[in-house]
Amino acid sequence: MQSIPYQAPASVSEAVALLGSDAEARVLAGGTDLLVQVRGGVRKPSAWIDVKRIPDLLGVSVEGDSIRIGAATPAAVIFEHPELQRLVPGVAEATDLIGSTQIQGRATLGGNLCNASPAADTTPALIAVGAQCIVAGSGGEREIAVEAFATGPGQTALAQGELLVAVRIPKPAARTADAYLRLIPRTEMDIAVVGAGVALTLGDDGTCTQARVAIGAVAPTALLLEEAAAALVGSRVDDDALARVAAAATAAARPIDDKRGTIAYRRKVVGVLAKRAAAIAANRAQER
Amino acid sequence: MARMHVETTINGESAEFLCQPGESLLDALRNELNLTGTKEGCNTGDCGACSVMLDGRLVPSCMVLAPEVEGRSVGTIEGVAQGDELHPLQQKFLEHAALQCGICTPGFIVAAKALLEKNPDPTEEEARYWLAGNLCRCTGYDKIIRAVLDTAAEMNGTNGAATNGAAG
Ligand SMILES: Cc1cc2nc3c(=O)[nH]c(=O)nc-3n(C[C@H](O)[C@H](O)[C@H](O)COP(=O)(O)OP(=O)(O)OC[C@H]3O[C@@H](n4cnc5c(N)ncnc54)[C@H](O)[C@@H]3O)c2cc1C
Ligand code: FES
Ligand code: FES
Repeated sequence: MQSIPYQAPASVSEAVALLGSDAEARVLAGGTDLLVQVRGGVRKPSAWIDVKRIPDLLGVSVEGDSIRIGAATPAAVIFEHPELQRLVPGVAEATDLIGSTQIQGRATLGGNLCNASPAADTTPALIAVGAQCIVAGSGGEREIAVEAFATGPGQTALAQGELLVAVRIPKPAARTADAYLRLIPRTEMDIAVVGAGVALTLGDDGTCTQARVAIGAVAPTALLLEEAAAALVGSRVDDDALARVAAAATAAARPIDDKRGTIAYRRKVVGVLAKRAAAIAANRAQER
Repeated sequence: MARMHVETTINGESAEFLCQPGESLLDALRNELNLTGTKEGCNTGDCGACSVMLDGRLVPSCMVLAPEVEGRSVGTIEGVAQGDELHPLQQKFLEHAALQCGICTPGFIVAAKALLEKNPDPTEEEARYWLAGNLCRCTGYDKIIRAVLDTAAEMNGTNGAATNGAAG
């Protein structure tokens, strides 16, 4: 690992050219997944391509009807953005949950998505708000919905030579809000046993007119749950609707058994978290 | 593989060093620059012993590659005291006996200093969450939290208030 060559391109096109010419070269963002994997012998990249000197990949901006988060923006910078916190509190919560203060200073949103852990905290939160990945390759840019970005544990829809440039979140409409909850055995510094993100819109009379529900850590990738959303739309987000959200989430979960939780436990808890996240999102939407 | 030449700023002074391209900033500080105050606990981002400031942000230096700091600014534990004069945090760590073996201490001081710069009057809960990524196998944390809160109280001129309530 010591002798792996290091390069820090200054532009997207330069990075794409470097990645396109060497299939084993690896993007280095915050390194909090990659360096651990390389030290553990899981990966052997031929080159480090540090993308943190590319202006297009850095920072948060609210432009027109969307919020743009550069892929190489660290979690701490995202969470500190007051407008992002106000517009998409669930996404802010999910970024704030990643690791410790120190990890927050490094771990990027792009790295969280591209590492494609089934338990990545930002993924369900981003799916809930309908976020899109902006990807650059030698042929130009394309967009991939976040729910289609991870294709399996550690696998993404990125083709060889492609780079994740940014994530675009549509600015929430009136009376629309989101929330993200996760369960870990302790209060800090652990990987999600279960995660759930919900975004919903309320009509003037308090009826839910639109909803998106996503769950994480209970299947090979985070899942967007049509049925749980359908349970919310048309309801007043009352106990009955919330019970149906919980049942839909439990039914959709395909978790594994491991030291962090059994299958039965994860299936039960994913329902509880989906229901609670929906209730929080509804309260927030009501206040808007 | 040729070693890389890196020019950077460390504790406010310009510095240059040679490193392997895949060497961590932690190793470069310790082995190339002889700044051995920054410690290695885990090398996996979990323990906080290697905490440094990078362009004003608290980061684990084991999760940074040395060539990344070209043209950037690094702050280490060696820059915390002013000559022979200890930083109030260092003084309070001594007074509260907030260390035993000491391996975690530089990381705690660097992280706590970053906390107090951002939030000069943290609650106990805020201090505990901010420092949740710094592990200590000796003290049980309580003395560390007391030292941090007492430093804040002293720096804010409200001394006495913080020392009682920090149990548990
Ligand atoms: C102590 C600790 C605690 C953690 N806690 C959590 C947690 O609570 N929740 C959580 O979700 N994760 C957690 N993680 C995992 C990790 O911090 C996150 O997944 C983080 O967001 C990864 O981002 P990074 O910038 O460090 O990625 P890197 O390690 O730099 O990259 C990860 C992968 O993505 C690729 N990549 C990165 N950026 C791009 C890009 N723009 N385009 C294409 N490919 C790219 C890299 O090549 C690599 O394969 C933790 C890690 C540690 C060490
Ligand atoms: S040595 Fe860097 S976090 Fe433990
Ligand atoms: S004093 Fe020994 S690890 Fe903290």
